[in-house]
Amino acid sequence: MSDAITIEELTDNFELFDDWDDRFSYIIDLGKKMNPMPEEEMIEENKVRGCMSQVWVTSRLEDNNTIMRFNADSDAFIVKGLIAVLMAIYDGKSPSYIADTDAIAVLAQVGLDQHLSPNRRNGLVSMVERIRRDASEALN
Amino acid sequence: MSEAISQGFIDDYDVNAIRADFPILSELVHGKPLCFLDNGASAQKPQAVIDAIADTYKHCYANVHRGAYAFSEQTTANYEAAREIVRAFLNANSEKEVIFTGNATGAMNLVAHSFGRGLLKEGDEVIISAMEHHSNIVPWQMLRDEKGVELTVAPISDDGTFLLEEFKSMLSEKTKLVAITHVSNVLGSVVPLQEVVEAAHAVGAKVMVDGSQAVMHMPVDVQDLDVDFYIFTGHKLYGPTGIGVLYGKEDLLDKMPPFMGGGDMIASVSYEKSTWAELPAKFEAGTPQIVQAIGLGAAIDYVQSVGLERIAAHEQRLLNYATQRLCAVDGLRLIGTATNKTSVLSFVMDGTHPHDIATIVDRKGVCIRAGHHCAEPLMDRMGVSGTSRASLAMYNTMEEIDTLATALEKVREIFG
Repeated sequence: MSDAITIEELTDNFELFDDWDDRFSYIIDLGKKMNPMPEEEMIEENKVRGCMSQVWVTSRLEDNNTIMRFNADSDAFIVKGLIAVLMAIYDGKSPSYIADTDAIAVLAQVGLDQHLSPNRRNGLVSMVERIRRDASEALN
Repeated sequence: MSEAISQGFIDDYDVNAIRADFPILSELVHGKPLCFLDNGASAQKPQAVIDAIADTYKHCYANVHRGAYAFSEQTTANYEAAREIVRAFLNANSEKEVIFTGNATGAMNLVAHSFGRGLLKEGDEVIISAMEHHSNIVPWQMLRDEKGVELTVAPISDDGTFLLEEFKSMLSEKTKLVAITHVSNVLGSVVPLQEVVEAAHAVGAKVMVDGSQAVMHMPVDVQDLDVDFYIFTGHKLYGPTGIGVLYGKEDLLDKMPPFMGGGDMIASVSYEKSTWAELPAKFEAGTPQIVQAIGLGAAIDYVQSVGLERIAAHEQRLLNYATQRLCAVDGLRLIGTATNKTSVLSFVMDGTHPHDIATIVDRKGVCIRAGHHCAEPLMDRMGVSGTSRASLAMYNTMEEIDTLATALEKVREIFG
């Protein structure tokens, strides 16, 4: 995902928008630009628990096990855009960085943390848990 | 209800005065006026309910049915007065027929346990409809798996109308219970209970009705309907959470074994044998929902003071306007368009996900629900994975419908 956005770019862009409609449009666009998840990976086993929308995620180690890469998708567009934001935080990073980095704190900078609160049953919380669990397991 | 009659009811319906009775409605959400359209999930509470709860805790609170002191006697009197309010509300024959439970789910599980496990046997049939909430599906599945009771599903049409003739053709001597919703929580469709009950009784089956989405929208008379069980929850009727009601015909409740064992439901206890208390105590084991019941009584008094017919007329006018406004949104399709329906609007929009819709309108202060609404089999039947749902209440306004419609037009714009 070489053309993926960084958190710094996201924060800068967010400040340019006057209202949440524009921010959501931007987030939806981020989701659309994300590499599509291979269809064969969108299976029950790769699904994380969500009530209102569905989320799939897979992880793999690359570069001599030094970095982790992810594929993820959702049937809801805003959730997919938020996945793109999470990818900006986690994708291509080392397992120890991932295991130590709390996405909620990062998203709080742009006012998106409420979408990661445990009572939003959108699957993102479970997705972050699974990503960090995979990273912890890679460390052991 | 004819237009002329409904107009007459509406003319003196002062929705602003009603709104003033609900303190929460003046709150801001994300800096915008609260536009609360998720009443089917839970309704807001009038000051009278908040006061009834607070006054009980502040001025006169004790456990009921126990103490020989003034506070306990007074709290018991208030708790039992709430039962009388519910009895009158449903026009039940006797207070013995009104059982307080924790919620509607608790009441349905009570029936599944006491009636189902107590009085049904292998091969008996329970019929539900294709538009039940999970709470009126899962208890019967558990009973089926445990006792070999058969569970069958009566169909609905594509617009969400209950198919009465198809239902009637399913009935047979082995049908022992029809467990059916009064109003669909997703579609708003109203089930023709009178005909359902008549047909079910003709084959000797009992009828249990889930009225959770009905009692706030229309007057219900259990004797007139001749239902055997009628269930509703308090929090959707502007009352507190943690209180549900099971109405059951006295002779039927008498025959049923208790659900839970414990204090208050017994006449005597020894290690060899216990005997059960009279109705309704037999089904109210343990310290009951004392304050919640008192709060529910206040909620019913409030609703009655406005008048359910007038509320229904107001809500039907809101429904008509909302139907018109929502249908004008490009690519929006209503799910559930039965002729006889309450003020519930489920919808999908081309190229968007219900969750996206709810997320975007939330920032505009608009509260709607997105998802499968605890009715996954119904979603399958309607050919959707989920819907967005606006459910309107006595305090909603035409302006709020405009706010919703404008917000949905913005959603359309964002998704192109």
